[in-house]
Amino acid sequence: MRPEHLLKTERGEAVTFLEAIREALWEEMERDETVFLLGEDIGAFGGAFKVTQGFQEAFGTLRVIDTPISEAGFTGAAAGAAHMGLRPVVEMQFMDFIAPALDVITNYLATSLYRGSGPLPVVIRGPVGGGNRGGPFHSQNVEMFFFHTPGIKIVYPSNPYDAKGLLKSAIRDDNPVIFQEHKGLYRAPALREVLPTGDFTVPLGEAKIAREGTDLTVVTYGMMVHRSLDAARILEAEMGVQLEVVDLRTLLPLDERAIFASVRKTGKLLVVHEDTRTGGIAGEIAMRVSEEAFEWLDGPILRVTAVDTPVPYAGTLEDHFLPQVEDIVTAGRYLAEY
Amino acid sequence: MEGSAPIPGSEEVPDPSSPLVSDLHRDDLLKIYRALIRARAAEERLEVLFRQGHVSGGLYRSLGQEGASVGAAYALRRRDDATGDVIAHTVRDTGALFLFGGTPGEYFRQYLARETGPTRGKEANVHWTDLRRGFVGPVSPLGTMVGVMSGITLSFKIRGEPRVGMVFYGDGATSTGAWHEGVNFAGAQGCPMIVVVTANGYAFSTPTRKQTRAAGFSAKAQGYGIAGESVDGNDVLAVYQAARRAVDRARDGKGPTILELLTYRRKGHAQHDPQLYVPPEEIRAWEARDPIDLFRGTLLEEGWAREGELRRLEVAADTEMREEAESAVEDPPPAEVGTLSDVYTDLSARPHWTRPIPPGLPSPGGGWRIQGKGHHRG
Repeated sequence: MRPEHLLKTERGEAVTFLEAIREALWEEMERDETVFLLGEDIGAFGGAFKVTQGFQEAFGTLRVIDTPISEAGFTGAAAGAAHMGLRPVVEMQFMDFIAPALDVITNYLATSLYRGSGPLPVVIRGPVGGGNRGGPFHSQNVEMFFFHTPGIKIVYPSNPYDAKGLLKSAIRDDNPVIFQEHKGLYRAPALREVLPTGDFTVPLGEAKIAREGTDLTVVTYGMMVHRSLDAARILEAEMGVQLEVVDLRTLLPLDERAIFASVRKTGKLLVVHEDTRTGGIAGEIAMRVSEEAFEWLDGPILRVTAVDTPVPYAGTLEDHFLPQVEDIVTAGRYLAEY
Repeated sequence: MEGSAPIPGSEEVPDPSSPLVSDLHRDDLLKIYRALIRARAAEERLEVLFRQGHVSGGLYRSLGQEGASVGAAYALRRRDDATGDVIAHTVRDTGALFLFGGTPGEYFRQYLARETGPTRGKEANVHWTDLRRGFVGPVSPLGTMVGVMSGITLSFKIRGEPRVGMVFYGDGATSTGAWHEGVNFAGAQGCPMIVVVTANGYAFSTPTRKQTRAAGFSAKAQGYGIAGESVDGNDVLAVYQAARRAVDRARDGKGPTILELLTYRRKGHAQHDPQLYVPPEEIRAWEARDPIDLFRGTLLEEGWAREGELRRLEVAADTEMREEAESAVEDPPPAEVGTLSDVYTDLSARPHWTRPIPPGLPSPGGGWRIQGKGHHRG
C-alpha cells in the first residue's frame, strides 16, 4: 500500500514537478528490484527537498542508502553496483555538489563501455538552478561540465509530465544519465498538472514543441521554457510575432533535427538558457545550425543567458545575473525586425 | 604434521592430502609458485617486445612485488562464472590478474594494442575487465577503484551473496580524496572487502615519507574504525595468511580491512623511468629479498617441492610467454572505424564533420579540402 503522498495521480489529483519526480522514482523501484537509491539524507530524513520521503520505510535501508558526505565515493560505489547489474539512482543534494564527483563521472562512468568494462546504468539526479537567493553553491546549472564528455546523457525537463516520463526513461537507460531538476519548478503552483495513470515514458533525445510559431525559433530548456513562453505571449500581443518555442528536454544527445526543422520553418534562431554565456550550450547549438542549416537563416543567431559570473546571493544581484523575460522580449524583437 | 614431512633433498614429496602451511596443500604451493613465475616471465617477455618496438605506450613491471600480489589474490575464491570473489587490480598485479584467469594472450594483446585484445585497442595494459572471471580493470586516476569496489561489494550485501572484493593500490593512491572516500564509505556501510596497500616504497619518484607522515598504512585503519594489518609483502605465505584473515573477516560480515603489504618496487615507475632517484644499494638490498627466490628456497628447504619439478614449471612458463607473445605480434591493430563504437549502448558517435549541401540549393563553385578532418564537397 502506497503512502498517501504517492496516491495523487491514482486519484486524478494534480501533482507538482517534485511530486512527479517522486512518483517516477517510486514506480521504478516497485517495478524493478535492481533500482536502488544512494545519497545524503535521503533515507531517514526523506531528502533535503523531501523527494524520497517515505521511501526508506517502504523499501528498506539496503535500497535507500544514507551515505556519508562523499560525492566521489558514493558515485564510485554506484558505478560498482552497476557493474554487478544493479541500477543505482544517486541523489546530489544540490547539483552544485556534483563537482567533487567530476573525476568518477567523466573518467570512470562515461568511459566504461568504451573501455570494454561494460555499461553502467547510473542515474545522477538533483536540484539545479537559481532565482531562490541560494548564492553561488546552491544555484548552479551544471550541464556543461559534462556536455563535452562522450558517453554521458544529460536530461533537463521543464514540466511534471516530462519530468516523470524522462526520469523513468533515464532509469531504464543503460548509459549514465545526469538528470537535472530546476528547484524553482519543484513546487511551482502554476505547473501542477494531472498526469495519466499507468506507466508512461518520455524518450531521451527528443525535443518537444512547447509552442508552435512561424516567425522566430526559441530553443530553450528548464525554467527558461516558461520565461520564453511568457516572452512569446508579450511579443504576440505587442507585435503580432509568433514565436516557436522548442523545449529541448534532453541536452545530450541534442535533438538537432528538431532544431534544424524549426529553423528551416522560421529562419530566425534565439537560444535561451539560464546557464552562463561562455561555454553554455547556445554556442554548440549555433555552431551546429551554421554547419547544417545556414542557408535557411535570415538573421544572426542570438542568445539570452546568465552573465559570466558566479551566482550572486542578493536579490538585486541575482536578478541582474539571471536572464529575465524582458531580455528575451528584447532579443526577440530585434530578430523579428532584422 | 609429525612424520608426514619428507627428508629435505630426498626424492619424496609430502602427502598431498594434508595441508603443509596454514590450509595450503602441496598442490596450492605449486600453484602459488607457478603464479609467481608466470607473472615474472610475462613481464620479462614484455620487455623483449618493448625493445623490439612492439609495445604501444608505457610498460609497467611488478618486479619484486609478485609475492604481494599473488599471496593476496590466492586467499580469494576464484571462479569463472560470476559467482566468485572480485578484484580490482593495478599494473603491479600481473600476478593477481593471471590468478583470476587473465591470460598472457590477452595481456600481450593489450600492450600491443591489437584488435583481438579484450578492449580492442581502446584501453592499455592491464586496464581490462571480466566480471565472469571476477576482475575489474583500473582507470588511471588513483583512488577511484576503492569506491567502485565498495559498490561491487555493496551489491553482495544487497543480494546476500557470500562474496568478497579486494582492491589493490600502492602507497601513493592512499593520499587521494577518492581513496579516503572509498575506504570511509566501505567502513560506514560494512562492505565485505579488503583494501590492499602495496607499499612498495615509491609512487613514481616520490618516496613514501613524502606521501604521508602516517606511521604506516594499516595504522590508518583506526581512523576509519576498521581492521588493519601489516605484513612482509615479500613472504608470499605470510601475505596469504594475512589476506585469509581479512577475507574471512569480510565473509563473516565483519567489514573491511586495510591490508598493508610491505614490499619494494625494483624497477622504475615505467620502462621510461630509469629510477635515478633511488640509491643503487637500496635496490640491491631488496634483490636479496626477492619474493620468488625466497619462496623457492622455502619450498626446497622444507621438502615441499623438488628441484626438477620447479625447473619444469619455470621452463614451461618461459615457453608459454614466448609463444603467446609471438602469437600476439601477428595480430592486426584495430581498424579506424573502431574509434566510433561503444560510446553509448544505443547511439553512434558522430564521425568527423563534413558539410552537406542542402538539397534544392545551388552548390557553390569548385570544392576545397582541408587536410585531415572536414572537407567541403563541391
